[in-house]
Amino acid sequence: MFEAVLLTVITAATPLLIAAVGELVVERSGVLNLGVEGMMIMGAVIGFAVANQTGSGTLGVFAAVGAGMAMSALFAVLVLFLVANQVATGLALTILGIGFSGMIGEAFIGVPGLDLPQLYIPVLSEIPFIGPVFFQQDALVYISFALVALVAYGLFRTRVGLVLRAVGDNHGSAHALGYSVVKIRFMAILFGGACAGLAGAYLSLAYTPQWVENMTAGRGWIALALVVFSSWLPLRVVVGAYLFGAVSVLNLHAQALEFDIPSQLLSSLPYLATIVVLVLISANRRLTLVNTPACLGKPFVPDR
Amino acid sequence: MKSLLKATVAAVAFAAAGSAANAADVKACFVYVGPVGDFGWTYQHDQGRLAVEEHFGDKVETAFLESVAEGPDAERAIERFAREGCNVIFTTSFGYMNPTIKVAKKFPDVKFEHATGYKTADNVATYNSKFHQGRYIIGQIAAKQSKTGVAGYIASFPIPEVVSGINAFLLGAQSINPDFQVKVVWVNTWFDPGKEADAAKALIDQGADIITQHTDSTAPLQVAQERGVHGFGQASDMINFAKDAQYTAIIDDWAPYYIERVQEVLDGNWHSHSSWEGLAEGHVVMAPYTNLPPDVVEMAQATEAKIKGGWEPFTGPIIKQDGTVAAEEGVTLDDGAILGMNWYIQGVDDKLPE
Repeated sequence: MFEAVLLTVITAATPLLIAAVGELVVERSGVLNLGVEGMMIMGAVIGFAVANQTGSGTLGVFAAVGAGMAMSALFAVLVLFLVANQVATGLALTILGIGFSGMIGEAFIGVPGLDLPQLYIPVLSEIPFIGPVFFQQDALVYISFALVALVAYGLFRTRVGLVLRAVGDNHGSAHALGYSVVKIRFMAILFGGACAGLAGAYLSLAYTPQWVENMTAGRGWIALALVVFSSWLPLRVVVGAYLFGAVSVLNLHAQALEFDIPSQLLSSLPYLATIVVLVLISANRRLTLVNTPACLGKPFVPDR
Repeated sequence: MKSLLKATVAAVAFAAAGSAANAADVKACFVYVGPVGDFGWTYQHDQGRLAVEEHFGDKVETAFLESVAEGPDAERAIERFAREGCNVIFTTSFGYMNPTIKVAKKFPDVKFEHATGYKTADNVATYNSKFHQGRYIIGQIAAKQSKTGVAGYIASFPIPEVVSGINAFLLGAQSINPDFQVKVVWVNTWFDPGKEADAAKALIDQGADIITQHTDSTAPLQVAQERGVHGFGQASDMINFAKDAQYTAIIDDWAPYYIERVQEVLDGNWHSHSSWEGLAEGHVVMAPYTNLPPDVVEMAQATEAKIKGGWEPFTGPIIKQDGTVAAEEGVTLDDGAILGMNWYIQGVDDKLPE
């Protein structure tokens, strides 16, 4: 029973985790990209379409990553080179993604999808309980953890990470030191797009292998909230994503077990939990200020 | 102003040319709550619209707006259609009820058709289908086929239509196995494939070996396929998603109704009414019975024939969850009682959300 619940929590949390970790890097570089939902849904439709046409899930995943990056590149050009308003551009990106994906996906409605195979890690996957939960997942679940480790290490233990955070905290100084703010931000935005595309592929190839319009159903926005929730720390994103996944899945299990709690209350629990944590975090001013990228959302125009 | 003038000139020209001109005689417009690609509720309405186009050819022009949110947006969308010269406007979600009535008052010459609502006017008709008839049949199939005696029911919102669906399902199941259980999970959404899939998994983990749903995506059925249990399609035939899992599907077929009503607009004898038809009139259609032994198929077909012959699933004895009698032996609930149903029958393992 517990094992079954845990398995559903993992599938519910993985897309949130992947998208949030990507957005975290973007925001650490000082850019606020509200287009996660749009990039995610483009990843979902392109991933599905390519997997369907080629018969290869792996190709589908790569195409989804590419689609997310292409969307984010559009965003990057607008906000970095043309210095467009980041909030408005991000919102536009979401709207564009939802509309465009519906158009591309029209041919794939009602077509059964390709399910990514589960990876069975030999020996380890046969351990009772631990085996099925940790060693019989599809590849993207492992990738999500690898991504978190990579980002956590990269941001805080490498030179590249230090420069990226410097750009996010004080783009003026970073520029004066000779770092190309625009180039670094461009790379960060592309990374965020790749992650969002990957998260979309997880939805249309692993979570619910099919294409339907608007299938992300707001998960991009939750990923954005998770970044704030984690106060821009990668390991806390894992906690947040799994907490969110667990609460939303437990709601369904509690109902099937006939707990006498109104379902509307249970459905709102993940959101209530997010609000409570946000309040707790922002109550500690010092901690918030330390981690919030100081230049988040501020446009940068290099003076020559 | 200029374009308005142009339009007027054009209208006069067409009027002069008579109905032999290229312009359509009637413009039928549709407002959808979801994307046409949801492969469920809105998809089926759009299939109905396409059937109208095919049936009438050049005589009827159609237009649609998709993903129109219920509320103020809906009013604007409907009013836009009314101004654009639509002769009949179909508004296809419960939440469009008040906006439809409001716009209809301003445009007395335009005909309005509102799906699943209960407010009518001289130029506003309502239409709905008796989906619960199909649910009675799938309840019977579930009770015949289930080994655990437990079905999982993924429900959207506690509105009468959903509640009567759950009751009809269980009534059908109880007619085969009086101890049959149905576990209800409310997901509080019409459409979220991920959440629907998670709900299906939770129900299967807790012993349900039949999954049925009153939400719009194909995800629960796919989970059933993956886990080796069975289920039923919702709104459209979902057999492609679950070749081994789908027993049948309750299909909404709006085409006959749309064609009939557009014909009436063409003929000039359209009147307001409240249409509520089911299997007999072809507004609700059962998908082919598959993955079932022959005797169960026969039973399902017999029940289908009985309902088409005028028998109503909500025929007594029906006992409410609290033990009071809703209908005595042989008494059939009237339409109002079914359309406003806000109570469970005895045997539902759930407390109705208030």
